[in-house]
Amino acid sequence: MRNQQATKLIFEMSRPGRRAHHLPSLPESAEAISELLPADVLADEPPPLPEVAEGDVVRHFVNLSTLNMSVDTHFYPLGSCTMKYNPKRNERMASLAGIGDVHPLQRDGTVGGVLQMMYELQDMLGEISGLPGVSLQPAAGAHGELTALLVAAAYFNERGESQRTVVLTADSAHGTNPASAQMAGFSTKAVKSNADGLVDLEDLKSKLNDETAVFMLTNPNTLGLFDSQVGEIADLVHEAGGLIYLDGANMNAILGIARPGDFGADLMHFNPHKTFSGPHGGGGPGAGPICVRDFLADYLPGPVVVRDGDGYRCQAPSKSIGRVRSFFGNVGVLVRAYIYIRTYGKEGLRKVSEDAVLGANYLLSKVRHILDVPHGDRCMHEFVASAKRLKKDKHLTAMDIAKRLLDYGFHAPTVYFPLVVEEAVMVEPTETESKETLDAFAQALFRITEESGDLIDEAPHSTKISRPDDVAAARKPILKWSEGE
Amino acid sequence: MKGYLFHTDDDRREMLRSIGAESIDEIIDGQVPQALQMQRPLDLPPAADEMSLEAELRSLAAKNCSVASHICFMGAGAYDHFIPAVVDEMASRGEYYTSYTPYQAEVSQGNLQVMFEYETMVSQISGLDVSNASLYDGGSAATEAVLMALASVKKRHKVVTSDAVHPQYLEILRSYLVGIEAELVVVESDESGCSDPLIDAIDDETACVLIQHPNFFGRLEQVQKIADTAHEKGALVIQSFDPISVGLLKRPGDLGVDIAVAEGQSLGNPLAYGGPYLGIIACRKELMRRMPGRIAGQTIDRRGNRCWVLTLQTREQHIRREKATSNICSNQTLLALRATVYLSLLGPQGLKETAEHCVVKANLARDRFAASERFELVHSGPVFKEFLVRDREADVTGLMRRAAAEGVLAGVPVSDVAEGACGGRYDDCFLVAVTEKRTETELDRLMAVLDAAQVADSVHLAETV
Repeated sequence: MRNQQATKLIFEMSRPGRRAHHLPSLPESAEAISELLPADVLADEPPPLPEVAEGDVVRHFVNLSTLNMSVDTHFYPLGSCTMKYNPKRNERMASLAGIGDVHPLQRDGTVGGVLQMMYELQDMLGEISGLPGVSLQPAAGAHGELTALLVAAAYFNERGESQRTVVLTADSAHGTNPASAQMAGFSTKAVKSNADGLVDLEDLKSKLNDETAVFMLTNPNTLGLFDSQVGEIADLVHEAGGLIYLDGANMNAILGIARPGDFGADLMHFNPHKTFSGPHGGGGPGAGPICVRDFLADYLPGPVVVRDGDGYRCQAPSKSIGRVRSFFGNVGVLVRAYIYIRTYGKEGLRKVSEDAVLGANYLLSKVRHILDVPHGDRCMHEFVASAKRLKKDKHLTAMDIAKRLLDYGFHAPTVYFPLVVEEAVMVEPTETESKETLDAFAQALFRITEESGDLIDEAPHSTKISRPDDVAAARKPILKWSEGE
Repeated sequence: MKGYLFHTDDDRREMLRSIGAESIDEIIDGQVPQALQMQRPLDLPPAADEMSLEAELRSLAAKNCSVASHICFMGAGAYDHFIPAVVDEMASRGEYYTSYTPYQAEVSQGNLQVMFEYETMVSQISGLDVSNASLYDGGSAATEAVLMALASVKKRHKVVTSDAVHPQYLEILRSYLVGIEAELVVVESDESGCSDPLIDAIDDETACVLIQHPNFFGRLEQVQKIADTAHEKGALVIQSFDPISVGLLKRPGDLGVDIAVAEGQSLGNPLAYGGPYLGIIACRKELMRRMPGRIAGQTIDRRGNRCWVLTLQTREQHIRREKATSNICSNQTLLALRATVYLSLLGPQGLKETAEHCVVKANLARDRFAASERFELVHSGPVFKEFLVRDREADVTGLMRRAAAEGVLAGVPVSDVAEGACGGRYDDCFLVAVTEKRTETELDRLMAVLDAAQVADSVHLAETV
């Protein structure tokens, strides 16, 4: 039975005069505020925040938490998002005194431990990517994309090639790719996928010229396929004078198996919250460290950590594009990545990818009898099925499947992405799900395809709410609570 | 195998059988050409068990000074405010921190409602109509606000700001503006540490004015006056504000500001060597569709129940791709949750009292510096919780180092915040921040440690001479 009272809005629980927080008395020697601040800057009263007791706050937020699915509670087969288990040791170690409570402007000598960790992480990411120049500063994957493109722009500018204004993106790319390119001042052109779901080389060739700055590539791509032509792609782009940017969203598939630096990438970002098990936090925070080839390292945003005798210090690279975020970056997230990489070590990371690939192929072998899988019998760490036929035959859409899966106790897969597959259902089991869980998921999918009517149309049935009206939300936006509404 | 893997060797064999593959290598070889595969193991340290790794991390942590081991007077955009126990307790629930962006609203009502409550509170503390579900940090939020303004005010490319805005925020702004057509004008603040001189730089070409209040020096700006001038010229006004300050000070929206941004670290978030932090942004409703990032909104479901969804997504990268107004596809939900819990605990009265403590104690600290021989207060007018001190001996960094050795993080040298900050005018100065956590005993300790450092200086000098 739900506690309805505790899931009212916190503002609706407010009673004038109720309090949860008390401070010590002000020092006796203190002057009155009216003596210290001019009257014209002072507000008549503080902002109208809720007035509640500590018990109200605890009960409210605990009860709200139970309305979420999460990795701690459910299987989350979200393609392209790598929702793997979030180790508890990461959380404890990241909040240790001396790590979680260090001021960002402390001088290098007073933060030697943090700097050593960040230095080692830079090194480890350089090794995993095969790209030795590393900046940990970007705050998210898309922020890493933008930062790397600013690096590319600075590089071309210095070479006197400012005519390179076009960024090519695969038509299956994440939407952030073209948006990042736009923000970095480039115009974008999409490169088509071929029938196998890989880059259409002829289309790529036709779009390469001396205006090409960067080709943004996701490999393994968003269909879960490794583009085996990547060596040729890199040659073509490099011959045209451009650079290859690798969207690192799918690194969970190739850790210790293949390195972007070895297969031709010049720049890339990591999503440590995906690949290295940082929790997604309901949408953030993540981080977006970037790795680049040596000739681009001088352009990276600062600070980066360098070795200085026995110690470490922060410094800005010589031709740095400047800062993209205040202070160092999302260190809390990076510490978790550091602990994760250290836990697996040199051979372990490859095992992570092997099991991720194994799990995805196993699930694919079960699902292909239920849904069409347009591209390939095998995949890397994820695959994209299509509900196109089910939609035609049974009016069962990808969204219907997603919603009904919630009733079976599974988070929905990613649906309607990538755009190159109709009624896409994109599944990524990750290496941290058991065979039993994968079997149960396939079984649920199968049962859903046997269902019809209200069971499908009105799903989910077991959740607090069902099929919210998105159109009404967008047409008449209500973006905050107001008294009396 | 150490780590978090599930499969037994039997599982693996059975799964391979189901796939119809001999081995995992066969599957991988079928996808990744041999020539592109690594032929050696990664050059990383060997796997570490939890116990050893924790011991190692503890010894690394012990190499750092922190606000647990030291008394902290450091600010400059990141502050040692008190974090009530409830904040950590709520944020450490796995249902919050291990969940995903709430695309599936039915199983994300907890996060969506928190976002909606957060947006409401941001609106309440900023005095503006609309907030999003958060951005990366205060600095990138200021930059996103400028991009928003440039997109809203057509055919104007000039951004006017002041060197009393956090120097790192200005650095971020410079980095981003490379990609778009814009001119950044940074006007020097006056001798009182205020930005009034920028008023003269606002003209018909100006798209927006970016100020900070209380500013980088802790000083209070003439926001209303600047806003009036900017509006007369047809420009938008962006204010970076301290979310604790509005417990006492008028809110950005009450001062005529169009877009308010803030670093939300102060609201229940740990210092964490700079991140993750919480970028707060709020604006007038006319600008709503220009706002970057995620937004949660209220609606009803098919059963007629009130509920929450992510909304206005037509602005976003996953729909508009090449035409998206921003590339941001994440937010800082977990930190926004912490801020929401924090503000719920404080309420209006708690926020007001916290602000009062800052003002009162910062002024008690100022009195002590004013009375000392070595130091000089750079500005004489009122401050909120931070102020600038000149070291007449001009050995700021040495002074800070020696104070740290005595257990006090005494302040932030201006030149540490950014190279060439404020044109080098304050390179012999440091910022002292005083939050509600500091006590009078700690203020005395600060002065005693700085005095001792002074003595150490003269001894040192005597030795070298």
